[in-house]
Parts: sequence; C-alpha cells; structure tokens
Amino acid sequence: MSKAKKMTGISRRSVLKGTAALGAATAVTGFPTVWAQNIKNVTLRQFGTGVSNLNDVATQVKKDLGFTLEMTALDTDSVTQRAATQPKSFDIADIEYFICKKVWAAGNLQPMDTNKITNYDKIAGTFRSGKLTPTSTIAQGTAPHTVGFVEGPNSRTFSAPESGWMTLIPTIYNADTLGIRPDLIKRPISSWAELLNPEFKGKASILDISSIGIMDAAMVCEAMGEITYGDKGNMTKEEIDKTMAVFTAAKKDGQFRAFWKSFDESVNLMASGEVVIQSMWSPAIAAVKSKGIPCVYQPLKEGYRSWGGGLGLSANLSGIELEAAYEYINWYLSGWVGGYLMRQGYYSAVPETSKAFMSADEWGYWYEGKPAQDEIKSPQGNVMEKAGAVRDGGSFLERMGSVVCWNSVMDENKHMVRKWNEFIAA
Amino acid sequence: MLRNPKRKHSRSDLSNWLLVSPLMLVLGLFLILPITTIVIVSFWNYNEYAFFPDFTFDNYAYLLTAQVTVDTYLKTIKFVVLTWIFCVMVGFTVAYFLAFHVRSLPMQITLFLICTVPFWTSNIIRMISWIPFLGRNGIANSTLISVGVIDEPLEWLLFSDFAVVLAFVHLYALFMVVPVFNTMMRIDRTLIEAARDAGASGWQIMMNVIIPLTKPGIMIGSIFVVTLVMGDFITVRFMSGGQSASVGRVISNEIALLQYPAAAASAVVLLIAVLFMISIMMRFVDIRKEL
Repeated sequence: MSKAKKMTGISRRSVLKGTAALGAATAVTGFPTVWAQNIKNVTLRQFGTGVSNLNDVATQVKKDLGFTLEMTALDTDSVTQRAATQPKSFDIADIEYFICKKVWAAGNLQPMDTNKITNYDKIAGTFRSGKLTPTSTIAQGTAPHTVGFVEGPNSRTFSAPESGWMTLIPTIYNADTLGIRPDLIKRPISSWAELLNPEFKGKASILDISSIGIMDAAMVCEAMGEITYGDKGNMTKEEIDKTMAVFTAAKKDGQFRAFWKSFDESVNLMASGEVVIQSMWSPAIAAVKSKGIPCVYQPLKEGYRSWGGGLGLSANLSGIELEAAYEYINWYLSGWVGGYLMRQGYYSAVPETSKAFMSADEWGYWYEGKPAQDEIKSPQGNVMEKAGAVRDGGSFLERMGSVVCWNSVMDENKHMVRKWNEFIAA
Repeated sequence: MLRNPKRKHSRSDLSNWLLVSPLMLVLGLFLILPITTIVIVSFWNYNEYAFFPDFTFDNYAYLLTAQVTVDTYLKTIKFVVLTWIFCVMVGFTVAYFLAFHVRSLPMQITLFLICTVPFWTSNIIRMISWIPFLGRNGIANSTLISVGVIDEPLEWLLFSDFAVVLAFVHLYALFMVVPVFNTMMRIDRTLIEAARDAGASGWQIMMNVIIPLTKPGIMIGSIFVVTLVMGDFITVRFMSGGQSASVGRVISNEIALLQYPAAAASAVVLLIAVLFMISIMMRFVDIRKEL
C-alpha cells in the first residue's frame, strides 16, 4: 500500500493547491456581483449520467447565471472511470454516492464548505443525518450520509455526518424498483421474486452494471427466500456466490432476454416488448409512457433499492471558476432544476425550493402522492398522466421511507465483479 | 558501383539506418511502446479507484485458472469459426463473380465500389439497424407471420449467437472480398484456358486451378476476419443483448471497472492467442510471395 500512496502523491498536491485557493476565495463570497462581469466568460465542464445531464439545465444556467455549462452524458461505468482517472477533463462531477465512495480517495475532488451553501439547512435529512424523518431507520448499503462528509478541507477520510465539509452536494435521488408492462403481464405484480418467475421466461432483463445489478439480484433472491443476507450492501463472499448461482441458473434456463447497460437500452427493450419485467430507472418509465405504451414503476412489498447523486467539485477548481461553481450549486438547489427533475419522477435534495417551480397539482401528484387534478406533463410538455392518476408508490415519504438498501460498494468488490463477469459469460 | 567499395559501404550503412529510422520510430512509438506498457501494467496491482506499480502474478493466476476464461475463449472461438466460414463463402462467391463473370474492367470497378457502399457508414450503425429488423415484433418476424410461415415470433433471431454471427458476417465480409478479388484478378487467364484445353471440367478448374491460386487472398482475408472477431466487444454486446461474453467484452468490462491491470493481463493473453492463431494460418501460405 505504500506504493499506492506514492502514486497518489501528485493528486494530493493538487488538492492542497485547490483548497488553498478555496481559502483565498472565501473572502468575496458575499458579493457575487463583483464577479458578475468576469463570470460570464467562465465555462464549467460537467459530466455525469444521462439522468441529470440535461441541456435544458445548461440553457437555464446561461440565462440565470450568465456563464456556460458544458454537459457530457456518459454511462455509469464511464462516469466512475472519468472521475477516478481524468481529473483535468472536468470541473464538476455529477456522480452517485456509491461512486463517490470509490473515487474520493483518488483525490480528484475537493470538499465543499457548507457555510457557502445557502440552502444547506433545507437539504433532506437523508443526506445529512441519514434519517429521512427523525424516526426512520437507515437502510443497508452505501447510504449517502456515510460518504457525504469528510473531516476537513484536505481530508480523504469520510467523517461522521455534518462536519461542515461536504463531498457531494446532493442533487437528485430516487427509490428504484422493477418496471413492468401491465398490458403484457395482465396480472398484479407485488414482489421482487417475480423477476425470476418462469412465467416471464425470455422476457425479463436486469441491468449489467455490477454494483447496481448485484443489489437488484439480492432483492430478488431475498424475496424468493433463497438467501437471507446479513447486509445486502456489504455481502460476504458466500452471499455473493449464492446470489450469482441463483441468477446463473436462471440465465441458463433462458429467463433473460437481454441485459442492459444504458438508459436508452432499457427504454428500447421495454417499448419494443422484448422485455416485460426488468430493473429500470424512473425516467426510463416516463420515456416509455411518453410513447403511449403502458409501463408501471411497480412498488413491491419488499421495498425499494435507492440511489442518490450529487455534484462534486474538481480539485483543480480555484479562483473565479470555483466561485462560479459555488454559484452554480446554490442555483441548483434553489428550485428550478429541482422542479424540472421532480416532474420527471426524481426527488430534489431540497424539495421545499422546488415547490415554487411546480404547480400545486404537479406538487400534489409527484411529491404528495395525491391524485392528479389535471393532465400531468413532462418538462418537455408531453402528457404523462391523465387527471385522476396517482403516482406509483405514493408520496415522497412513503416511497423514500420504504427504501431497504442503497447502491453500494462492498468490501468484497473485486470478488463481486469477478462473479458478475462469470454470470455474464455463463 | 565502381567507386571505392569501402566508402560506399559505410555510406550506405548510414543511409540504410536513416531510411529505416522513420519506420523504427513509428513502430517503436505506436506498437512496441504501448505493448510494453500493457505488459508491464499487467503485473501491477489495483483497488477500486487506482492501480499502482507492483509485481504480482495475481492477475494472470486468476485469468489462467478461472472457468470464465475458458468459457469466453470457447465462445469467442465459436464466433470466429462461424464468422470465418460464412465470410469465406460470401467473400469467395462475390469475388469469383466479379473476377470471372463480369468481363469489362469498368464494370468490375463499378460493382466493386457498390460492394463498399454499406461501409461508408459507421459499423455501429450497420450493426444496430439489425435490432429493429430482427426483434420479437420486428420486420422479419412480422413478415414471416403475415406470410404464414410461422405462428409465433422467432425468439432466437435477436439477442442470440445467431444475431452476433449475422452481424459479424455483415460487418466483415468485405474484408474477405477485397483480398480474394485482388488475387483472383492476378490469376493468368491462360491457365484456365489451358486447363480447359486439357479437358478439365468447370469443377476441376475451380478445385485445381482457381482455389489453389486464390489461397493467399483467402488467407489474408481470414487474418483480417479472425483478428477483428477475436478483438470485438461491441458487436457481441449489442447483438447478444449483453448475454454473451467474448474476450473483448471481458476486457472492456474490466476497463470500465477501473481494473486496468486485470484488463492488461487479459489483453496480453489475447494477444498471444491471436498471434498463435495467425502463425498457424501463415503456415498455409507464403504471404511475401503475395505482396
């Protein structure tokens, strides 16, 4: 391991450099207008998965803040790769919390001073104390608050929550479940175990991103009663082996039609009817529905698998770029983006501020789980639901309150990845 | 030539070195250096977010003992063999038609260019366009159902080994057509006339004159097809719906998961396997004579 330290020495130096600049820049935080003219020339390069790297956001940034935001959308694995290995290629990393656990130690990101985040106090409890409501229990896996803070500006060690130095500013999160085609299944689905039901032989799919796929697989195996896990978010070698054995057997029996790796693939599989039940992400459901094809994000009795994303700052940012980045983050939490994303079915990290950017009906439908009064439209203006519809799974508290595990990185990650590869090759 | 032989010798020595140095430089920079790097990295160690210098045989130890390696190599070789058989059949037929049936040179060139038209688009696009065609509710299935050949859609058309091989043949057949056509054009036509005068049938001419003389072309095409299929990962992923693994896919997965040393080790083993296959193929034909 001493060799590992040696290698990462260079990036640590750049972290120090970045944080020194951060200290110098704090003096002018209160007066963003001082920078107003110069900031127009700033270009921030952001990358992340397709879920939140939306051109509409870049357009709105130009309008509201005046500077340019360049977006690059990549698949989950490429996002990890870039965050860990190409620090010079980005200013803002839009990554998931479980990826943060992987890449933070590489030293390519700098923590953020929570004093400079205007709406810090309004950020949902899940990302600060870990508890959605004071009485909630914390789900298994890499819960965001466990990797959400570090000890200080130069630290590489995750710390107890609310240290004042945040690794990622939470932006969006959601509770994931299985997507189904109710018109082709024609009966109620209520358990994760249905994914491996022989009834759907050749019509099921699971996502081929090992760290997320293994969690879906674990949800299924647990629901089938095949395996009882100590902690699904941090499985033992035996648990991993058993889980993959169940799925390999199903694969050999022809249970799966395909595996998908990117958002669009999951949409195509579902919309074309190649697959009727599969792991899916919320906006993919919306995309299928907007084609006029019925698709349900089915709440299941065992609960949800959840994930959260956030914006991290490159260690290379300093001076005016860093100021612009803080302004961007404060703007991100101020409501416009939140409202936009909530109308796609995600949740915003600061729900309160998004409310102002949504109609009462939209807020009622998406957040409170109330029946829609009128047509519910996507941010692009496509009709997604007719009046009277109720969101699958209900309100924010019902859905996020039923989360049983978070996307995670396990101690046995290397073993898990090998087993996953064997499953794919089987 | 008549000048002082000693001086000439030393001068030509220098100019020889100068003459080969650009090639040495290019090969060194773009072939030797990257491969050396890959070999070195394959002995390094890694964790979730970084890889670091070490000298470990772990990567190879796992690779050479894992069942998954055997499975992926068998699968990849299956793809190679099937693709090769169909590419030879298609390539030879097309080249034969162009070289011997089409009489005028302008016509031959025109038809040959038409063969290359599909290759003006990206191979990813050519591959992906098969997906809506072969799908459960795709054009192929709906046509077959409406004609009454089948009642239920054929599931194995898409996301299967069939689909992978189909896409491979579509993508790489031209790599067989070109060298085979090239060698066929160089066959002296008088040999065929001579064979005919000697009383050979069409079949005998084909077996005893054309095929032996076309062998170098077939072998060059085969080398293209074999190396392309051995190293492919994207076609296998898309056409099998992510359900088949080739050696290339394993490497691409390892890269995606930041396991560069493991990927490097897999790449070294793949390189050795491909070199071994090519050295066997080279035994069948003298490439130098052909070039």
